[in-house]
Amino acid sequence: MPELHSRLLSSSAWIGFRTLFGKEVMRFWKVGVQTVGAPVLSALLYLLIFAQVLDRRVTVYDAVTYSQFLAPGLIMMSVLQNAFANTSSSLIQSKITGNIIFILLSPISWQSMFAAYTLAAILRGLLVGVGVLLVAAPLTHVGVAAPLWVLVFALLASALMGALGIIAGIWSDKFDQLALFQNFLIMPLTMLSGVFYSLHMLPPFWQQVSHFNPFFYMIDGLRYGFFGQSDVSPWLSLGVTAACLVLVTAIALRMLASGYKLRT
Amino acid sequence: MSAISVRQVSKRYDPQSTDALRDVSLEIAEGEFFGLLGPNGAGKTTLISVLAGLTRPSAGSASVMGYDVVRDYRQARLSLGVVPQELVFDPFFTVRELLRIQAGYYGVRNNEDWIDEILTRLGLADKANANMRALSGGMKRRVLVAQALAHRPPVIILDEPTAGVDVELRQGLWEFIGHLNQRGHTIVLTTHYLEEAQALCGRIAMLKQGQIVALDTTHNLLHRFASHCLRVRLERPEAALALGGEAGADGWVEFALEHCADVEPLLARLRAHDVPVQDIELGAPELEHVFREIMHRA
Repeated sequence: MPELHSRLLSSSAWIGFRTLFGKEVMRFWKVGVQTVGAPVLSALLYLLIFAQVLDRRVTVYDAVTYSQFLAPGLIMMSVLQNAFANTSSSLIQSKITGNIIFILLSPISWQSMFAAYTLAAILRGLLVGVGVLLVAAPLTHVGVAAPLWVLVFALLASALMGALGIIAGIWSDKFDQLALFQNFLIMPLTMLSGVFYSLHMLPPFWQQVSHFNPFFYMIDGLRYGFFGQSDVSPWLSLGVTAACLVLVTAIALRMLASGYKLRT
Repeated sequence: MSAISVRQVSKRYDPQSTDALRDVSLEIAEGEFFGLLGPNGAGKTTLISVLAGLTRPSAGSASVMGYDVVRDYRQARLSLGVVPQELVFDPFFTVRELLRIQAGYYGVRNNEDWIDEILTRLGLADKANANMRALSGGMKRRVLVAQALAHRPPVIILDEPTAGVDVELRQGLWEFIGHLNQRGHTIVLTTHYLEEAQALCGRIAMLKQGQIVALDTTHNLLHRFASHCLRVRLERPEAALALGGEAGADGWVEFALEHCADVEPLLARLRAHDVPVQDIELGAPELEHVFREIMHRA
C-alpha cells in the first residue's frame, strides 16, 4: 500500500512537472511572433548591417569571412538573451499579477519547478537559435564543422541563462529591477564577449579581461562547433560553461527550496 | 482523522511586528462546513496561508487530511483546494485551458467531465473558451473557485469568495459548495457576510488579533448571548428605558431577550407601567450581534 501510494505520487509529480513545462512553452509560443520571430529579425538586421559594412575589411580566421564569423556569435547572443527572458519574464509577470499563487499552492516540488522553467527556457533558446541559423546560413554560407559541439554549447548556455533568469525573476520585485539585470549584467557581458570581434583583435589588457567573462566561453565554444577553430580550446570553454551552470543552478535551487521571496 | 488540524501555531512575519497568529489550535473534522470569521487583520488569511504552505509557521504545526503541511507538503497540498482572496488570473489562457493546467499541476489529466461539471455549476459554460482577460470581475471570481476545485480536493478553503460578487452567483456558488459538502468535502469559509456564515456553517471560529476568541457550533454561538431582540415602538420611549430597553431611532426601543418566552412578561411590565405599544418586531438571533459582542468583549 505505501509503495502504491508513492508510485501514484510520483506519477502525479511527473504529470505536474509536464503540465508546468507545457504551460511555460505555451506561454511563449502563443506570442511566438514576439518571443521567437522578433529576436530572429534583430539578429538578421545585425547580420545584414555588420556584414555589409565589415565583410571586406575584417578577416578573423583564414577562409572565414566576417559575416560567417559573426553568425555563431549572433546565434549564441540570441540563445542567451531569450533563454534568460523566458524564465525571468514569466516569473516576474506571475509575481506581479499574483498568479504565481497557483503554482505555489500546487504540490509541484521546487525541483520540478526548476526543471520545468529551465527546460522551457532551453526550448525557447534553441528555437530562436535555430531560427537565426536558418536565416544566417543562406546569407553567409556558414557551415557546421562539429554539430555535437554546437548542440552541447547551445544546450548548456540556454540552461545556464534559464537558471539565471529564475534567480533574476525571483529576486526582482518590479520590472525595473529586472531591467537592471538585463542592462547592467546581460547586455555588457554579451557585448564584451566577442560576439562581434575575435579576442585577438583586442589589446592585450582587454584580452585578459575578456577571459573573466563567462559569455566569451559560450560564444567561443559555439564558434568552435561551426569552424573547428576558436580563440581558446573548446574543452576550456566547456569547463567554464559547465562550472557556471552548476553554480547558477545551485543558487536558483536554493532560492526555490527556501521559498525566497515566494513564500513567507 | 481531522480534515484540518492546527496545533499551537504562531506566526510573526518580522521580529518587530506583533504576532499575526498567536498559539492557534483548531481541529476541523472531515465533512464539516466551517466558518473562520474575524475583522480585517485578525489572521484569517495567515492561517489559511499556513495550511496552504504559502507561509511557514514560526511555531507549531498544521496538517491537512493527516499530512503535515511542511514535512508532507505534496500530499497536504494534493488534499487541499484554495480559493485565494485576491482576484488573480493568468492572462495568457482561456478558462478551459486554465482548468486543464490547474488539474495537471495536481497530477490529474483527462478530467473533462469534471471540468464541464464545474463550468456548468458555476455558470461558466459559455465562457469556457473565452480568454481570462475578457471576463468581468465576477466571472474571474468564479474561475478562481473553479480552479480550486479542478483536482477535486477533499478539503476546500474559500477565502472571501463572495467579496464583490452579485446575488445570483452567491446563491449558485453556495448551492454548489453545499452540494460538495453533502458529498463529503470539508469546507472552510472566511467571509465578512455574517448572514452567509450563519446560514451555511455548522461550526465557527472567531479570530481577533491572531487569537481564537470563540470556537463553537453556530447554534451554540447564537444562543450564548441574549440574542433574541424585541423591538417595540412606544408613545413614551423614555419610560421604557427604565425597564432595560435601549433607545433606537424614531421612538423604537430594543430589548435583548434570552428566549422567546421572555416576550410576554416584558409586554406585561410595559402595560403595568402604562406604556402603550404602537408597533412590535421580534428579531431572531443574529450572528452579527454575537460577532460584535464577542469582538467587543475579547
